[in-house]
Amino acid sequence: MSHEVTTETLHGLMAEFDNPTDLVEAANRARVAGYTAMDAYTPFPIEELNDALGLKKNPLPLIVLLGGILGGLGGYMLEFWTQTIAWPMNIGGRPFHSWPHFIPVTFECTVLGASLAAFVGMLALNKLPMPYHPVFNVAAFDRASRDRFFLCIESTDPKFDRHATASFLENLRPLGVSEVAP
Amino acid sequence: MAGPQHPLQQPPDVAGAAAAREALLSRTPAVIEPGHTFGSVTDKISSIVLTHRTPVGWFLGFAVGFFFLMVLNITIMKLLFTGIGIWGNNIPVGWAFDIINFVWWIGIGHAGTLISAILLLFRQQWRTSINRFAEAMTLFAVACAAMFPLLHTGRPWLAAYWLFPYPNTMGLWPQFRSPLIWDVFAVSTYFTVSLLFWFTGLIPDLATLRDSAESKVARRIFGVLALGWRGSARHWQRYETIYLLLAGLSTPLVLSVHTVVSFDFAVSQLPGWHATIFPPYFVAGAIYSGFAMVMTLAIPMRKAFGLEGFITMRHIHNMTKIMLVTGMIVAYGYMNEVFYAWYSGSLYEGFMMTNRMTGPYALFYWSLIAINACMIQLFWFRKVRDNIGLLFVLSLLVNVGMWLERFIIIVTSLHRDFLPSSWDMYAPTRWDFGMFTGTIGLFLSLFFLFVRLLPAISIFEVRTLVPEARLKTAEHQG
Repeated sequence: MSHEVTTETLHGLMAEFDNPTDLVEAANRARVAGYTAMDAYTPFPIEELNDALGLKKNPLPLIVLLGGILGGLGGYMLEFWTQTIAWPMNIGGRPFHSWPHFIPVTFECTVLGASLAAFVGMLALNKLPMPYHPVFNVAAFDRASRDRFFLCIESTDPKFDRHATASFLENLRPLGVSEVAP
Repeated sequence: MAGPQHPLQQPPDVAGAAAAREALLSRTPAVIEPGHTFGSVTDKISSIVLTHRTPVGWFLGFAVGFFFLMVLNITIMKLLFTGIGIWGNNIPVGWAFDIINFVWWIGIGHAGTLISAILLLFRQQWRTSINRFAEAMTLFAVACAAMFPLLHTGRPWLAAYWLFPYPNTMGLWPQFRSPLIWDVFAVSTYFTVSLLFWFTGLIPDLATLRDSAESKVARRIFGVLALGWRGSARHWQRYETIYLLLAGLSTPLVLSVHTVVSFDFAVSQLPGWHATIFPPYFVAGAIYSGFAMVMTLAIPMRKAFGLEGFITMRHIHNMTKIMLVTGMIVAYGYMNEVFYAWYSGSLYEGFMMTNRMTGPYALFYWSLIAINACMIQLFWFRKVRDNIGLLFVLSLLVNVGMWLERFIIIVTSLHRDFLPSSWDMYAPTRWDFGMFTGTIGLFLSLFFLFVRLLPAISIFEVRTLVPEARLKTAEHQG
C-alpha cells in the first residue's frame, strides 16, 4: 500500500482515510503521541480538527476590525477634506461639515475596508496563491478535494523518524501511508 | 423535563429531541436526497462543468440571451452617438426607465446576499445548495443595474468625475450631501463585497475541478483560479473565520444598499417619494423580488441539469414562504402610503394617491396591487407550494409586479407634480425597451455561461450535508 520515495529528504509522511471520524481520531492520537508539525487535508472544513491538531486561534478578526476602522476613517476624512477644505460648497445653507450626510459613505467604506482586509488577510496568512506544494506529489492526493481525508506528519517535527513514524501511522488503520517528496 | 419544547431549545443528542427531529423531518422534505456520498455529490455537480457535451437546451437559452445582449449593444451605440433623446424621458419625467430598471435589478440582487450571508448566520442549512448561483445572480444583476445610472448620464466617460472622488485637473469633488453619491458608494461596495464573497466560496470548488478535470487546459485554468488551494486544516480554519466575517459584513451591507437606494427618493420633497417608510419597504421589496428571481432561475435549472436531489422541494417551499412574508411587508407599505396620503392632510400627497388609483396609470397601479398584495396569498396553500409549474409562473408574475411598483413610484410622482402647467405624460420608446430587454439579455448570457463554466452549486458545502460528514461517536472533545 505504501509507496517509497527514493530521495533522502522528505516533506513528511501522509496517511489516507475515507471518513472524517477516523481522521480526527488519528489526529488526536498523533497529538497525544507528541507530534506537533502536522497538518490535515480535507474536502470540507471539519471544526473538530482545530482541537485535534492543536491549532491556535487566528488573528483574522483583529485584521478585519483594523481594516474596517481604516476604511471608515478614510471615508470620513475624504468627505471632510473635500467638503470643507478642498472645495467648500454651500448646499442648501447647511454647514460645510454636515456630518449626518457623511454617515452613509463612511459606513460603506467601513464595510469595504473590512471585507478587503478579510479576503487579503486570509490569502496572506494561508500563503496563497502557492503554485507548488509537496503534498501534491502524492498520487492519491487528487482525492483530498473530493472524498478522502489525509493526515500528514512533517519531517520538521522533532519526533519525526522515517520508519517509526510510518509504523505509527500504519497503526492508525489508514487506507494507506505514502511518503511525500519535497 | 416534561412538556413540549421549541426544537431549537432542546439540547442535542437527547432521545426526546432526536424523536422530535425525526418527526419534523418526516414532514419536511430533506435538504439533500438520501443516498448521496462525498464522491457522488462531487461528481454530480462538477459533471455539469466538466462534461464535453453541452445540452441543446443550453445553446437555445444562451442564444436567446445573446440575441438580447446584441440588442443592448446596438442600443448603447445608438445612445452614445445620438444622446438620451432617443428615450422617452422628458421633463418632468426625467428618471423614467433608467431608474425603474436600476432599482428593479438592484432589488433582484438582494436575495443572493440574503441567502448567502443572512441565512448562513442563522445556520439555515438549506441555503447551502442555492447560495452559489444566487450569489452569481447578485453579481450579474448589480452589473445590469449599474449600467442604467451610468448611461443615464448620456456621456459615461464624463460620469467618472461626477461620481468618483479622484483628484482631477479641475479640482472638483463629488457632492457628498447628495444621496446619488451615497448610491455610488453603496452599489460599488456591494458589488465588490459580493464578488469577494462569491470568489472566496468558489476557491475550494475550483480546486476540486482542478483535481478532477481531464483536459489539460481545464486543469491549468482551474489550477490558476484555485490559487493552489489544498484543503489544509490550517487554511480551512482561517477560511471559515473570514467566511463568517464576510457574511456578518454583508448582512448590514445588503440592508444598507436598498436603504440608500430608497434615500434617492425619500430625501427629495416629492409627494409619493418623501416618506419615512421607504427604507424598510424597499428592502423588503428587494428581497421579495430577489427570491422570485431565484425561483425563476432555479426551477428550470434543476430540471435541465437533473439537480432535484440538491435543490429539493424543501428549498422551493422555504423560498415561497420568504416571498409570502416579504411580499406582505411590501403590501403593508402600500397600505401605509395610502394612510399617510390621507393622514398628512397634504393636498399634494392626497392628489398623488388619487392620481395613482384613478389617473392615467391606474391600470399599472391596480395590477401591482393584484400581484403583490392579492396573488401572493396563494402561497399560503401547500398545494400551490408543491406545484412547480404554477410557482414558475407566479414567480415570473412577481418579477413583473415589482417592476410595475417601481414604474408607479417613479412615473406617477413625477408626471403630475406641484404645478399643473408642468404636467406631462410619459411613454417609453423602443430604445427604452432595447435597454431593458438588453440588460435581461446580458443577465441571461452571463448566467448561462456561469452555469456551464463554474460549479453552480457549492460542492464543498453540500459535502457537509452528507450524513457521513458528521463525526460518529463522542469525539467532540474540547
